Amino acid sequence: MTSDDKSREYVIQTEDVRRSYAGGFEAVSGASFAVARGELFALLGTNGAGKTSTVELLEGLARPDGGTVRVLGHDPYAERTRVRPRIGVMLQEGGFPSELSVTETVRMWAGCTSGARPTGEALELVGLGHRARVRVKQLSGGERRRLDLALALLGRPEVLFLDEPTTGLDAEGRRDTWALVRRLQEDGTTVLLTTHYLEEAEALADRLAIMHRGRIVTAGTTAEVTAARPARIRFELPDGVPAARLPLELRAAADGPRIEIRTHRLQDSLTELLRWAAESDVALRALDARSASLEEAFLDIAKSAAETEEVSAA
Amino acid sequence: MTTTTTTAPSTPRTTPLTRLTALGRAELTLLVRNRTAVFVALLMPAAMIMAMKSTFEKIDLKSTGLTVAGAALIGGIGTVLVQAVYMNMVAAYVARREELVLKRLRTGEVTDGEILAGTALPAGALALAQSAVIIVTGTAFFGLDAPERPELLVAGLLLGVVLLTVLAAITSVITRTVQTAQLTTLPLFLVSMMGSGLFVPLEIFPDRLATVCELLPLTGVMTLIRAGWLGTSDGTDLLGAALTGLVWTAAAVFAVQRWFRWDPRR
Repeated sequence: MTSDDKSREYVIQTEDVRRSYAGGFEAVSGASFAVARGELFALLGTNGAGKTSTVELLEGLARPDGGTVRVLGHDPYAERTRVRPRIGVMLQEGGFPSELSVTETVRMWAGCTSGARPTGEALELVGLGHRARVRVKQLSGGERRRLDLALALLGRPEVLFLDEPTTGLDAEGRRDTWALVRRLQEDGTTVLLTTHYLEEAEALADRLAIMHRGRIVTAGTTAEVTAARPARIRFELPDGVPAARLPLELRAAADGPRIEIRTHRLQDSLTELLRWAAESDVALRALDARSASLEEAFLDIAKSAAETEEVSAA
Repeated sequence: MTTTTTTAPSTPRTTPLTRLTALGRAELTLLVRNRTAVFVALLMPAAMIMAMKSTFEKIDLKSTGLTVAGAALIGGIGTVLVQAVYMNMVAAYVARREELVLKRLRTGEVTDGEILAGTALPAGALALAQSAVIIVTGTAFFGLDAPERPELLVAGLLLGVVLLTVLAAITSVITRTVQTAQLTTLPLFLVSMMGSGLFVPLEIFPDRLATVCELLPLTGVMTLIRAGWLGTSDGTDLLGAALTGLVWTAAAVFAVQRWFRWDPRR
């Protein structure tokens, strides 16, 4: 730890936290991470990886079966009366009475929220001002998500939990939400976000963790998570040029004329490939070279996990 | 979208009172918008009183010390409690659960008890108002005396509202949809109608059967209400009646804490 770490205040801390459901299924198997004040932390994972189960523990909706959870220095389950007024929650799936209007819904929520913003302000924040008098049942799925977000923001929370906040939103709605989340973060709000859109995590997160089968498989900044992954070069060889003619050091994998090269030194490998192509007078079709992205890191993890499963199933 | 830094006035810290008011107000809006429920809740007691009146006219009420009007109107109050509170609230809890409203509310500052109580406030208030109308009507038009012991009457009514609300919460556990609520509420409805003195006074039952009926959930409440209005019970009766109601309430509260479902079975 550097001296910088010591001065940081961690508003969310979990240590070896576990959660099992009736029937013995362990959804969270020892997850540890910490989120500093003002940070935006993204929790990624395949479906059923345990993201929502973990977030529910942080929100104080359930008690962990093992390990400790601290939010703003308190146990969010046992000390919910101290924690709840300072956090905002948007569930992956939450509901509102369908026969209430948008305004009536916010008003109800405001009566249950310490330091609530005025109704109009909350609705303007998420761009729902023009739908204030509409009944909840007439809202689109995306508008319902915005209403949910408005309620999460109603009490000007210090810590905001967003469980897949942009699922069901169109591209514009997603951009609006991203902009809003960034502004909240600029104002000092700590945000914990789960998402299955990798570009969302890439665009917003200071740090992220990838979960798989109840465990945190990798964590860090986007750069740290992708740094360990190889870059990728793809191209097709013209007819009559066998893959065997490629320089050996390139470690190319061939699938018919299609070639894929995985490398930790993208520039060197690419230089070598292009020099070889020029010297051998070979035209590389559909040439594509890219650094490791979050998506590749993610797919790698999912793939290696799937292989492990096949082995253990055999 | 505006900036998040505006410093408009915001509400102070919430209290149980502000939270219950907010939930109750929303639920009242919903109740008023549910025309069928309001219609049923308003008309059913009147219809039941008419039906009971014709039944009681055929029964020899001498041994019970009740008049036909008295028996029918007490039965009407019982119907109001079962209808407006119990049957209404089972449907309301199931609807809020299936709409994921309960789940969403539980992420906020409201406590579990406040969610259940706040949701029940309008139905409870409606039942009390209807009971008041029945009592005023009985006194003004059916020659009944004003309540002999108002404190007992009020205690009985309040205990009834609380008990039936908690029983509604428990019944919602075994109710999958709002539609099936009509089915799952039938057992308590029928048992109370027949066995808790709503349709037939317990005094005309054989002794052993009457003793069993005294232990039914709503019997104690009805005894208190009858004694409060018409003054037809002695002290030991009343203590037993209050105890029966309280024990049922405590048992139901325990069951709710253990088994209440906050989100839909998926």
